[in-house]
Amino acid sequence: MTADRPLWFDNPAIRIELWPALGETLLMTVFATAFAIIVGLPLGVWLYMTAKGSLTDNRMVYRIVSTVVDIGRSIPFIILMIALIPFARFVTGSALGWQATVVSLTVSAIPFYARLVEAALREVAAGKIEAVQMMGADSWQLIRQVLVPEALPGLLSGATVTAVALVSYTAMAGAVGGGGLGALAISYGYQRYQTDTMIACIVLLVACVALLQLAGDLLARSVDHRQ
Amino acid sequence: MIELQELRKEFAGSTALAGISLSVAEGEIHGIVGRSGAGKSTLIRCLTGLESATSGHARIDGVDITALSGARLRASRRSIGMVFQHANLLDSRTALENVEHPLQVAGVPRAARRARALELLELVGLTDRAGNHPAQLSGGQQQRVGIARALASEPKILLCDEPTSALDTQTTGQILSLIASLRDRLGITVLIITHEMSVVREICDSATLLEHGRVTQTGMLGEILADPSSPLARDLVPLPRASDDPHRRTLEVALAGTPLGTVFDIAESTGTPISAVESGTLETIDGTQVGRLRLVCADTLQRERLSTALRARGIHVEEAA
Repeated sequence: MTADRPLWFDNPAIRIELWPALGETLLMTVFATAFAIIVGLPLGVWLYMTAKGSLTDNRMVYRIVSTVVDIGRSIPFIILMIALIPFARFVTGSALGWQATVVSLTVSAIPFYARLVEAALREVAAGKIEAVQMMGADSWQLIRQVLVPEALPGLLSGATVTAVALVSYTAMAGAVGGGGLGALAISYGYQRYQTDTMIACIVLLVACVALLQLAGDLLARSVDHRQ
Repeated sequence: MIELQELRKEFAGSTALAGISLSVAEGEIHGIVGRSGAGKSTLIRCLTGLESATSGHARIDGVDITALSGARLRASRRSIGMVFQHANLLDSRTALENVEHPLQVAGVPRAARRARALELLELVGLTDRAGNHPAQLSGGQQQRVGIARALASEPKILLCDEPTSALDTQTTGQILSLIASLRDRLGITVLIITHEMSVVREICDSATLLEHGRVTQTGMLGEILADPSSPLARDLVPLPRASDDPHRRTLEVALAGTPLGTVFDIAESTGTPISAVESGTLETIDGTQVGRLRLVCADTLQRERLSTALRARGIHVEEAA
């Protein structure tokens, strides 16, 4: 081994850049998941409420919202991200870096989470909704007091699935200057043949996903009173 | 208290209710019986405005539910307590929170509704289970919580949709006696939808038989049982299982208020002794002894004589074919 060639796991890419990259990946995931929940939850409720045979059945609204959501879900992330560069620059002032990536991550995660919300709400038994309707509850009370609390375990599992998907999307975003572990893995591990950097990034990404899943499962279980 | 007038409900291509008229007086326990598909559930859904009737009226305490919508319909629902087959409690709430729920919807402050809910849990005998979630309760306990919840907003009527169909026999008995005692203590009017004749036998004052969306028979239990040939009476006091009768010598006797001994006395005095009682049921419903017996006579001729004599005394007789 020559002197100018650093030892395994002792190169500057790992020593200096690994931990900040991990921080960026976590920040991107956390912010994008949070924004996806803030927008996706009401959107999913809207989809549920306007679906055929539901509480405020409205075919026209459902079709429009549903189509927009499906278009959003069917565009591959990498293309969506490039297409959203002007929008990201408008929101964050830059087309590069993790802040810009959060914008496109959020846009792609919103429809994804909205569909998961709709599916989770459909799992709430019709009899429970009728029981509360018979108390004289209006639609808003049904959403607040029945649909969301009863579907909470499913809503949290959906948020976990979204967060895990977002971790892999952040890595993809690295290919076009998005920052985070993905960018590190591509620019050092792949383009500069630093296998150790690649391995370090993969291990950290896997650990992120595993911890997110574990935390999500624990949280969902703690609010689940069905058994 | 409950008044249905020519209530009709049509779904695309089929008629679920073909003009239902019936009335239930205040403080009465009324049973609506019928097979599945007879229109029982549709009836209760129209009565609560969960389904809108095609035509006709459904009045509860003078208010026509079919004419209401929106906020006024929601307000009128607060005067109706509803008990479901599968209690339909919210899993995310404890027993106490479930009982509080109608009061929360109505905007009652937390402390007041908590106190009221505790009273109700005591009424149904579940004070010690207040903090449990539904999944930690048995089916019968869940139904008790469901009943307490239905009573929270002090409704004038209690609608029960198959309240005991998912419960075992013993628990059914407990739930039925709870409903009966609530009527006695609170003077509430109760409408029970059921396919179980035992429910009608045990607690109903009056009943309606629904078949293919029509009222086949309706009346007070005493009146229904007085005519053993009526369809409801046949269901309430079932005929013994028919057996082959090649010699045409069996006779079916329906009793409604006549003691069993009278039948034997008549047989003896007319010189037509009864050879055997093949099968039968006897019980006391609503203070009246009722029953059905399948008697075996010596031959066809004696059977004719006995049936004539019994009919002359006003006892309902049918000759098996």
